[in-house]
Amino acid sequence: MELYRLTAHELLDKLSKKEISPLDLISSVRERIKNNDGLVNAYVRLVDRPAEFKLPPQKNGALCGIPISIKDNICTESLNTECCSKILTGFKPPYDATVIKKLKEAGAVILDTKTNMDEFAFGSSTENSCFGPTHNPWNLDCVPGGSSGGSAAAVASDEAIMALGSDTGGSIRQPAAFCGVVGLKPTYGRVSRYGLIAFASSLDQIGTFTKDIPDCCLLMNVISGHDPMDATSIDVPVPNYIKSLGKNIKGLTIGIPQEYFIEGLNSQVKSIVEEAIAELKKLGAAVKEVSLPHTEYAVPVYYILGTAEASSNLSRFDGVQYGYRANSSNLVQMYKKTRGEGFGQEAKRRILLGTFALSHGYYDAYYLRALKVRTLIKNDFDAVFKDCDCIITPTAPTEAFRIGEKTEDPLQMYLSDIYTISVNLAGIPAISIPCGFTKAKLPVGLQIMAKPFGEETLFQVAHAYERSTQWHKLKPKLQ
Amino acid sequence: MSLSPETVKYVADLSRIELTTEELDKLSKQLQAILGFIDKLNQADISGITATSHILPISNVLREDIPRESLPVEKTLANAPHKKGNFFVVPKVID
Amino acid sequence: MTYEPVIGLEVHVQLKTRTKVFCGCSTEFGNEPNTQVCPVCLGFPGALPVLNRLALEYSIKVGLALNCTVQEFTKFDRKHYYYPDLPKNFQISQYDLPISKNGYLEIQINGVSRRIKICRAHLEEDAGKLIHEENHSLVDLNRTGQPLLEIVTEPDIFSPEEAYEYLVNLKSIIQYLEVSDCDMEKGTLRCDANISVRPKGSSGLGTKSEIKNLNSFKAVRDALEYEIERHSETLNAGEKIIQETRLWDDKKSQTVSMRSKEEAKDYRYFPEPDLPPFIISKENLSEIKNTIPELPKEKKSRFIQVYGLSEYDAGILVMSKQNADYAEERLKIYPEKDKKPVANWIIGPLTATASNLKCEVSELQIIPEDFVALIDLVEKKQVISNLTGKTVLEKMAKTGKSPDLIIREENLAQNSDEKSLEKEVDAVIQENPKVVADVKIGKNNSLMFLVGQVMKRTKGKANPKIVQEILKRRFA
Repeated sequence: MELYRLTAHELLDKLSKKEISPLDLISSVRERIKNNDGLVNAYVRLVDRPAEFKLPPQKNGALCGIPISIKDNICTESLNTECCSKILTGFKPPYDATVIKKLKEAGAVILDTKTNMDEFAFGSSTENSCFGPTHNPWNLDCVPGGSSGGSAAAVASDEAIMALGSDTGGSIRQPAAFCGVVGLKPTYGRVSRYGLIAFASSLDQIGTFTKDIPDCCLLMNVISGHDPMDATSIDVPVPNYIKSLGKNIKGLTIGIPQEYFIEGLNSQVKSIVEEAIAELKKLGAAVKEVSLPHTEYAVPVYYILGTAEASSNLSRFDGVQYGYRANSSNLVQMYKKTRGEGFGQEAKRRILLGTFALSHGYYDAYYLRALKVRTLIKNDFDAVFKDCDCIITPTAPTEAFRIGEKTEDPLQMYLSDIYTISVNLAGIPAISIPCGFTKAKLPVGLQIMAKPFGEETLFQVAHAYERSTQWHKLKPKLQ
Repeated sequence: MSLSPETVKYVADLSRIELTTEELDKLSKQLQAILGFIDKLNQADISGITATSHILPISNVLREDIPRESLPVEKTLANAPHKKGNFFVVPKVID
Repeated sequence: MTYEPVIGLEVHVQLKTRTKVFCGCSTEFGNEPNTQVCPVCLGFPGALPVLNRLALEYSIKVGLALNCTVQEFTKFDRKHYYYPDLPKNFQISQYDLPISKNGYLEIQINGVSRRIKICRAHLEEDAGKLIHEENHSLVDLNRTGQPLLEIVTEPDIFSPEEAYEYLVNLKSIIQYLEVSDCDMEKGTLRCDANISVRPKGSSGLGTKSEIKNLNSFKAVRDALEYEIERHSETLNAGEKIIQETRLWDDKKSQTVSMRSKEEAKDYRYFPEPDLPPFIISKENLSEIKNTIPELPKEKKSRFIQVYGLSEYDAGILVMSKQNADYAEERLKIYPEKDKKPVANWIIGPLTATASNLKCEVSELQIIPEDFVALIDLVEKKQVISNLTGKTVLEKMAKTGKSPDLIIREENLAQNSDEKSLEKEVDAVIQENPKVVADVKIGKNNSLMFLVGQVMKRTKGKANPKIVQEILKRRFA
């Protein structure tokens, strides 16, 4: 079997036995990208002749020799990091994000080309990139989801062994569901945000795309942990997540929130998810109906808080120190033209909305109110986790939609995040795992949520499900 | 909540974004619709509820006053669209 | 119509930490542009702030010294505006929950004490510097991220003189705390003023103007005086005061309106999501309180009580902590009950010597024992005159030698021997018959002239007091 098809844990085994070399592995992945990415467009700024491969110095790192693909909003020193936006054209950060440092220390090989995304992570379809949309490997006419669509599609089509993404409202989980791979958003504060180009500071987390749960544990072991450079990273020890594998789930209680199974949920997705829940019941878990009564407010809260923070975080893009600068003889014009020409439509929409929510006279009615409703949403989860070990829902209300289908109606696009957003608002961890296919042969994702720092529970449940099913082994057939 | 094109233009100026007339028109309509949807928040009962600005129960994150190496100036200016010596250059500030 | 002013002052103090407020870059002054920067203070995408512990402690210290209530819960907020010296286009500052609130600073005008109310003191990051050239501006971000403590008074100052006193006292207190150099020339203390006028004796506030570009305490006082006149003249002419920002032009001694159109600033404050909040416990507060030294006001009272100094003398001696400590070392060991000579010699000749040698009084290399000995030699033992004493003092400062040694080496001891002085006096009387006649008819100046002549004859060595006595006896 081609090396690029394997998982990281399988490859680590071969590498340690010297059956293959790191050079073999990276060459295999690069070859796959060369042959395949023309169709998928998971990567951006591909060069014909990539840089000469340097063997990682660490011999004993946990991910030694494993190539990792990185979303275009995570800073890599001297490697273009542009958030797929015109306004960051040519930007080469002078520093590595903390997660990149940790990966390098673990001997991982950082791919020299980044994965595609919605500009500044604003989107749910990876159609807002200045490098064109990524195509879903299961059906090239469909979106891979977003904003980390490139990373999801790369892992799904074996153009990546593992990938990093970021999740602010579902940007890892939703594309993981659409592409049939495993996508984890850790607890807020579990993984350092230092070096992640910020969208919404109080919601963002870097997370993982992998082919299975063991790979997810491996990657999380490396990237998790307190970072003194990130005041919002938590100083709590990182367990060895591998120890969560292979456990049974007898006696665990799973909560099924009624608010996630209402009108708007595609009937095929609904039945596939219900089957998955039934499978978990067979494996010994107890299932009970619960309520998260403030679910209906999650999307509006997110689009106030997220856009407000985004409008602030994106103020710095002004052409002064880096990126695109429009021609002008006068400073104010320079700012306006640079930002007018450099930002895409979705970015402008969100900046305007966020600025409005913070502006004088509207702050109380919008921003402050949203902060309070956020408390209500968090309280809902706290209450449910008193009696349940985890919560299970569909990851997305539909299968992957067609490219272009929702681009004219921003509001429709926003509503596709309806099942993932609450998780970010509550700061809890959640994972999406493949659990079946619709009649159109598009993947469906099962979302498992746990209480803060409950990643071990997620892995325990997800791995039990994965061991008893084969969804994660199925691969798209590309031309 | 009504969002007139004048308000959108004001907000665009506040955000230092130049919009074409078409953009202004299109965005006004879209933002109007989005705000209409967001108004749903007014139905939530927030009496007695405190705002959550930070989801984590942490406080007092501090750093010791010990100097760390700064960036070499070449790296600082490496991405500058316009530079002169050690400085970033911008168009004249005053009209 | 006469008007009275209502003034508020906003002072920015740059805290003397080794590193910036949110990153580990050095705060050293005067380095090459853009060499003291990192992704955090440059506002590069992805970089995050972390608060400097010492900056927080210093801020609390100042709050306590200014009699403020230090908040138990404090946080930072983002203040948004676009300017090239502000890389993120927002400043991390504090809005509704500043570290300190509701304090006061006591000043004295014409012997009357008054408390100037302080509204708040909050911590924020400084912006960079711009250098304007003909067609463009150059941006240096070394200063970006330096810790600034912004101290704002209520509109509770009622004259330019009070404003001046407020600044002098504020600087003194902050220097005592050793948390800032408070040097307006170096920009470690900056002041903006707000002023309005109202009909004398009325309450309420008129339209205010904000004054910037004040580079010295004197400039603050002068600018406020100018503005009082300008406001009064404008209102008396039936016109309205425009609420605006004006710049002080020191050379022309006038304020000038900033020509650019002022749009109402919408800073869109919201809590800084990258910095969790801060809880200041009673233990923290008392630990920090214990590090506050005796402040000027208390030290002054103590100097008056313990050393019997006058208000005026004590006031001058305590202006700077180093100088006050220096003075106290000498006051302590001076053997006489009346310590005034020590105060006089410090405030007068010692300060002059320090000025000539271009240093602070506390930097002079004169040990307390020597200083006290000199005073004794002049005042009590009268071995040398006052004038000679000043010269000896300067030599002591330059050489570190004791006064005894210098007097011996240079043969400066004055002649207090009555017998030999009588001879000199008689000689002078002989030589100046006209003057003697004037003395006899009561012209006192003429007597002093004769004293001067004796001094000349003895090359300054004669004890002028004894000479005077001898002369008086002669003319009795």
